[in-house]
Amino acid sequence: MDGFLNAIVLLANFALVPGAAYGSQLALGALGVTLIFAVLRFSNFAHGETMSFGAMITIFATWALQSWGVSIAPLPTGLLALPIGIIVTVAVVLASDKFVYAYYREKRSDQVIFLIASIGVMFVMAGLIRFIIGPDDQIFADGARFVFSVRDFRAVTGLEEGLALKTTQLVTLVTAIVCVVALFLFLGKTRTGKSMRAYADNEDLATLSGIDAGRVVRIAWILSATLAVIAGVLYGLDKSYKPFVFQELLLPIFAAAIVGGLGSPVGAIVGGYIIAFAEVLVTYAYKRFLGHLVPPDWMPDGLAQLMGTEYKFAVAFVILVLTLLIRPTGLFNKRAA
Amino acid sequence: MSQSVRTPRTPASPMRTVLPFAVFFLLIVAVGLLQSWTVALTILNMCLVSAVMALGVNVQWGYAGLVNFGVMGFTALGGLAVVVIAMPTVDAAWQAGGPGVLFGLFLLLATAAVTIAMRRVVTARLPRMVLTAVFVAAGLWAANTVLGPSTAAVEGVNPALEGYLGGFGAPVLIAWAVGALLAAAAAFVIGKIALGLRADYLAIATLGVSEIIVAVLMNEDWLARGVKNVVGLPRPVPYEVDMRTTAWFADLADRLGMAAVPLSSLIVKLAYAGLFVVVLALILWLAERALASPWGRTMRAVRDNETAAAAMGKDVKRLHLLVFIVGSGIIGLAGAMLTTLDGQFTPSSYQPLRFTFLVWVMVIVGGAGNNWGATVGAFIVWFAWVEAEPVGHFVIDWATYALGDDSPIRQHLLQNAAQMRHVVMGVLLLVVLRFAPRGIIPETDRT
Amino acid sequence: MSFLVARDMRGGYGAEDILQGCTVEADRGEIAVIVGPNGAGKSTAMKAIFGMLSLRGGAITLDGADLTRMKPTERVKNGMSFVPQVKNVFPSMSVEENLEMGAFIRRDDYSATMDEVYALFPVLAEKRRQPAGELSGGQRQQVAVGRALMTKPSLLMLDEPTAGVSPIVMDELFDRIIDVAKTGIAILMVEQNAKQALEIATRGYVLQHGKNAHTDTGEALLADPVVRRTFLGG
Ligand SMILES: Nc1ncnc2c1ncn2[C@@H]1O[C@H](COP(=O)(O)OP(=O)(O)O)[C@@H](O)[C@H]1O
Ligand SMILES: [Mg+2]
Repeated sequence: MDGFLNAIVLLANFALVPGAAYGSQLALGALGVTLIFAVLRFSNFAHGETMSFGAMITIFATWALQSWGVSIAPLPTGLLALPIGIIVTVAVVLASDKFVYAYYREKRSDQVIFLIASIGVMFVMAGLIRFIIGPDDQIFADGARFVFSVRDFRAVTGLEEGLALKTTQLVTLVTAIVCVVALFLFLGKTRTGKSMRAYADNEDLATLSGIDAGRVVRIAWILSATLAVIAGVLYGLDKSYKPFVFQELLLPIFAAAIVGGLGSPVGAIVGGYIIAFAEVLVTYAYKRFLGHLVPPDWMPDGLAQLMGTEYKFAVAFVILVLTLLIRPTGLFNKRAA
Repeated sequence: MSQSVRTPRTPASPMRTVLPFAVFFLLIVAVGLLQSWTVALTILNMCLVSAVMALGVNVQWGYAGLVNFGVMGFTALGGLAVVVIAMPTVDAAWQAGGPGVLFGLFLLLATAAVTIAMRRVVTARLPRMVLTAVFVAAGLWAANTVLGPSTAAVEGVNPALEGYLGGFGAPVLIAWAVGALLAAAAAFVIGKIALGLRADYLAIATLGVSEIIVAVLMNEDWLARGVKNVVGLPRPVPYEVDMRTTAWFADLADRLGMAAVPLSSLIVKLAYAGLFVVVLALILWLAERALASPWGRTMRAVRDNETAAAAMGKDVKRLHLLVFIVGSGIIGLAGAMLTTLDGQFTPSSYQPLRFTFLVWVMVIVGGAGNNWGATVGAFIVWFAWVEAEPVGHFVIDWATYALGDDSPIRQHLLQNAAQMRHVVMGVLLLVVLRFAPRGIIPETDRT
Repeated sequence: MSFLVARDMRGGYGAEDILQGCTVEADRGEIAVIVGPNGAGKSTAMKAIFGMLSLRGGAITLDGADLTRMKPTERVKNGMSFVPQVKNVFPSMSVEENLEMGAFIRRDDYSATMDEVYALFPVLAEKRRQPAGELSGGQRQQVAVGRALMTKPSLLMLDEPTAGVSPIVMDELFDRIIDVAKTGIAILMVEQNAKQALEIATRGYVLQHGKNAHTDTGEALLADPVVRRTFLGG
């Protein structure tokens, strides 16, 4: 029995808890992608850089707050700086809509044109980020490191294995829940939120009903940018901030959005957790885990790892390809792809 | 589809085609005179390689409206071909683990073949899915069991300098063809899976594939040393040191009154340029032939008219697959040329911004659908990409002058000035897309 | 003068004029029906009246007010309401949300209107929480009509409301439309099921090549041998 408990705790510590945190970050990122897709009907390749940009602004604000001695310990100061990151990023994203995308919307251009335009925006943002903060690693998490550490956990439970919960992980989970609940209340209960869904459902009929397309589009950008900044900051707090990482995140985020069904908020969330847990569980080395469960002479020789961690985004990709082959509309999409 | 408005096209005047090339060559000459001829030729060579890459994308996007964001992966496969074909064989490594590696790879291929055959035979949905999962899992497990120890043995052989299987020691020019074939083969598999989906799905799928290709190259040391890089790749042109000992070289140096070292380096660069021009000319000629052929016309008709596309049904899928394979093959060729020019294979250098999206900027800026446009787009964009660095540095230097030399902000910005090239590229792309959506040399109507 | 007058409409989607001077009118409490072969420009005429395409000539007045230059939403505020031929519901939204979106421009309390719609189409009240996209064809058309009624229009325009529904459901829908007309709303309707539609029409228009080919009461058109032979299949 103890062996079983130890195995579960071990798995939770190294796979489930980090997976849940990572899944929340992906889900928030994928929500931003899916909202833009639902309303503007294109895949925004600049989304990764939007996350990065917001995190960068938040880092500067964090440094400013730290230098003034402001602190909300045990919570990370970054959380306090987050609104500044959001405001600046929303402004930048709205400007990109006004100066780039609005024109193609007016012309009713093909979605591919939007996609290519988003590459241009991506370049500009990537350049600004690397110019302003530089391409290197930045660590900006402060406050308490753990909610409870492995040692605390062992002391309380008396188990051999321990479970730690990092502050950033708890912050990530709580923030994600708050964001998702708020988003769904907004989409499901408010007049503006419903008008946004109506526009996503049937653009022409929404316009006929007196729904202002420009307003819907602006709100979609605001929501998408806000979620992007939150996702980017949570990821940066949890791991560290590095500009090029956000390019790599683009693949799992798109995979999450497509698995769930592009345009479906529920799908984006489910997709985020599917991708995250699949990545973590497939690249986890089960050697010690099995050690608690099976007799020593049954143990495999290797690490008992399905795939090396360096191939973790291959997992996201395989899931993406399976989705495209089996059900290209995704799990939760009613509209044809 | 590839452009939002398809207004009736008028044939571009010859000036419209010639002028951008003339401007570009003037720019190169200016660099030669102002900076140095070595720099000018270095830029020119990269321009020529980029042009081949851009032609590959142009065949896919310009002819057929296919969005390939996996350029980086095909480029890397071309680079891998150079290592595999041209590097000397590492005999000790082959003895240590060669057969095991081959057997493991054979198992992977066999798994794929058996699974596909099974899926032809078994038609019921559920059994087919279950069997596929079982076959793939069993095959991966078996291949992994065989590969694991063998690759470890290979990587253990003289790891500081070798630790990989090496290549066939064949002439490097063969690698260019093999690189194209390798990329084309990969494109066949990817195309089978992802073509026929909406444009952005294809974009994301190809981006994903290319990241995985690069991940494999970075982590499978037995193949091409991973992040330890393969250096000292054989060349198709003479080495400077050898050249300097020849009589004709001494004679030439005398006649030109130039020092031996810069002259030898110039000659080598010129030799590369000559090779590249031949390849580029060949690809351009073939691409133009294809575009004017009935096949090319069908392709563009399908791209512009979804009803026509639908009416042709299955044929469109076959045509698109063909275009995708051909375009990717061209990109693979360019990748092999690039690695040959560099003289080393560095998997970590493959970044999507540089190797995928920059090529897209070239095609859009030059003029999608027009091979001359894509070519001149590659020339000009690469030129801007390289020259944005010194220019950016100069601008930042000037703009932050007032801050004083010890200002940390000034130092930080100067250090990152090179990053402004991304901004330049983004703005260039957006401006062209908005104000000249058909590019520098627009597609002409030939039908 | 009639309540709605759309006179001498000319215009189309591009350079070519689809509408070549056609006129339709409708009065409160009446049903005006437009019939005609496929591609005659019936849907185009409806879109033109609703302001979804700009006209090169002609004028549209509602209750004497000139609406010719107004945008669709302004026309809605002036009492027009339109059920397009296709894509006329929000498929992923519930029936009730569809009706709410119909009332989007209303700032007052519209619950009474919603109750009226539910009274008119009781089945919608039952399915108020279901996504409109999951309903049957006939029920979806009811949602579409219900959505259009939420602005309390004085003119309801329907483009082929019975397309793709069974004959029984069609009769049922026509009955409801008569009910709506009886409340004093003017109805302008395009119909493929020409015979049945002209039977309930007070006014009928036969459109051909963007022009009025025949105009009369529904009864008279049904009786006209030329109309019968050319447009009603004998
Ligand atoms: N959105 C559009 N753009 C261009 N032409 C259109 C459009 N919709 C309809 N047409 C053309 O206008 C003509 C009339 O169409 P429509 O009004 O839909 O006919 P119907 O009488 O069957 O409703 C047809 O020739 C059709 O091809
Ligand atoms: Mg019609």
